[in-house]
Amino acid sequence: MMAVSTMGTAKKIELTDAENALVESFVDRLGRLPGNADTVQARDNAISTLKKNGLPTRKIEAFHYTHLRGLLKSVPDRDHSGHGEAVSPLVSNAELITLNNGRLGDLPEIEGVQMTPVSSSLQADVGALSLGPVEPQDAVGMVNTAFLSDGVTMSFSENLELETPIEIQSIHGGGQTHTRNVAVFDRGAKATVFDRYIGDDSDVLTSNITQLTVKAGADVTWIRVQDQGSEARHLGRVEITLDEGAKLTLFVMNFSGKLVREEIHAKAMGEGADLTFRSINMLNGESHCDVTLELDHLVENTTSTETVRNVITDRAQGVFQGQIRVAQIAQKTDAQMACNTLVLSDDARIAVKPELEIFADDVICAHGATVTEIDSHHLFYLMARGITEKSGRGLLVKAFVAEIVEELENEELIDALEARIDQWLETHG
Amino acid sequence: MLEIKDLHASIAEEGTEIIKGLNLTVSPGEVAAIMGPNGSGKSTLSYILAGREDYEVTSGDILYNGESILEMDPAERAAAGIFLAFQYPMEIPGVATMQFLKVAMNEQRKARGEEELTTPDFLRLVKESAATLNIDMAMLKRPLNVGFSGGEKKRAEILQMKLLQPKLCVLDETDSGLDIDALKIVADGVNALRSPDRATIVITHYQRLLDYIVPDSVHVLSKGKIVTSGDKDIAKELEANGYADVLAAAAAA
Repeated sequence: MMAVSTMGTAKKIELTDAENALVESFVDRLGRLPGNADTVQARDNAISTLKKNGLPTRKIEAFHYTHLRGLLKSVPDRDHSGHGEAVSPLVSNAELITLNNGRLGDLPEIEGVQMTPVSSSLQADVGALSLGPVEPQDAVGMVNTAFLSDGVTMSFSENLELETPIEIQSIHGGGQTHTRNVAVFDRGAKATVFDRYIGDDSDVLTSNITQLTVKAGADVTWIRVQDQGSEARHLGRVEITLDEGAKLTLFVMNFSGKLVREEIHAKAMGEGADLTFRSINMLNGESHCDVTLELDHLVENTTSTETVRNVITDRAQGVFQGQIRVAQIAQKTDAQMACNTLVLSDDARIAVKPELEIFADDVICAHGATVTEIDSHHLFYLMARGITEKSGRGLLVKAFVAEIVEELENEELIDALEARIDQWLETHG
Repeated sequence: MLEIKDLHASIAEEGTEIIKGLNLTVSPGEVAAIMGPNGSGKSTLSYILAGREDYEVTSGDILYNGESILEMDPAERAAAGIFLAFQYPMEIPGVATMQFLKVAMNEQRKARGEEELTTPDFLRLVKESAATLNIDMAMLKRPLNVGFSGGEKKRAEILQMKLLQPKLCVLDETDSGLDIDALKIVADGVNALRSPDRATIVITHYQRLLDYIVPDSVHVLSKGKIVTSGDKDIAKELEANGYADVLAAAAAA
């Protein structure tokens, strides 16, 4: 009886400093965030949900290893006139789209790709971008819906074969930025997009939701790299639907960050759909980086492989949660998930939770996780040839992650990503 | 060139003593064979010379060109010219053999204050050396030792030795796992490196290899120390009568 009465009373929680700051900055921003009446309503609802529930604690299963309420101790001011510097794109011929401190720059003209700023989509009377309701446990959705200011929607036309990659640079020079990108790849479209989050070690809170619709027979490579520096708080999510025969290679890379939550929600909705998910996380300092994948195989004959490689040093904490759900009708699903972690220091930590939830009876699904240190025999062999301990360790760590990078097809891209890995190893390896 | 003085060494983790008062001197230009039964400490000696941390030297010293090497790490020893050809070369996935060779050669050059090799010079050197050892360049594009046959691994070790041009070569059971043709190729490779300023230590269980790499001296290792030394005839005697007789004779002497 006691339990029932407690449940019945809407207990008001006391907000943390960070939650209070978020609510206050929302009040400050009222009327200045873009959007039509529906958008305003969605934002109000999101902030009310935050006020009522607070951010998720570890009691919420999806946040068990990332106690967001405790870890997000403060948030930087919403209005910060910071301005980050654009960097050279990963490959030299990429078409560049910039989101500088949340403001969308001029859009390039690309034949077969229709682009619209999200800020105007939110205000449109017809065909507006709908923000939708957020669940009480959806921290990324709450923050992003409440504060979303801009982003880009891209529509790739049917059978388009885009030769040049597109690179979206989300650059931060401090403060808060909240963006959303939407990409629809029509039937048979082929494209590669780089989705980079770049910062300069300044104190930032960024949120981003990226929605990818990959229609029948489309073939997409999406490379998401979070590299915003040691003080960055990043709440991200990639939402994916794959239609019949659609193929998506999704690469998620994180280079540290003070508090990173990167969610991937994917649905294989058409027969023959295939997801190749790869993630590399190189964590140092006091970083807490959480990659959480939820994948639904919803129809027959869909395939996926998920490979995660973590390299963790100093006092950093890595988290990987990977949940693959196979619906009862989704016979002949083939899903292979592996998470391998290399720990380089005594205080580095990793939490791995792979889960398979299978309701069909004729599937091939597997998951595995390993946590290892550098193999001392391997290192001795390299050193016995005159390779210094630091270089030898670097070679071995590089080998551990390069295997994944080298699956990519674009040589220039491989070189660019490996150069960044080398740079990390030089400083932290 | 190499002087091992009353060396005692144990397994670092649990303290079991393996090398128990070993003395050995090897001069420049000399090929010294170390023979001994299983468990006598042959491989341990090779690892200690290369500087593996799993073993702890508890007393005695190893002098290389008159200087103690005990405080040097494996990379420093290698840069100084000490080379160990492994009995079981490590398979290292993800590290391409060519990349490994290039890094090793350049790190050693860097440690000695020499210029790095240019890529064309490096390729030329590798191609020349590989050809003499019947090594296909395609093999060198694969990850280091991964999927190499026993013979390929040993030939790759000798290739590294040729490229790195060490001053003291230690060959640990290089003959194990080799058929007679591979053995000849490997022996030719080692013989080609014989020179007045280079010393070689050939560690082996069997006399067979010594038919192809003819030693200047032979030392019998038993229970962690050299019990008898002589010329190549000792090896023949071991082959004919086995270790028991030789060890008994040494004990009686």
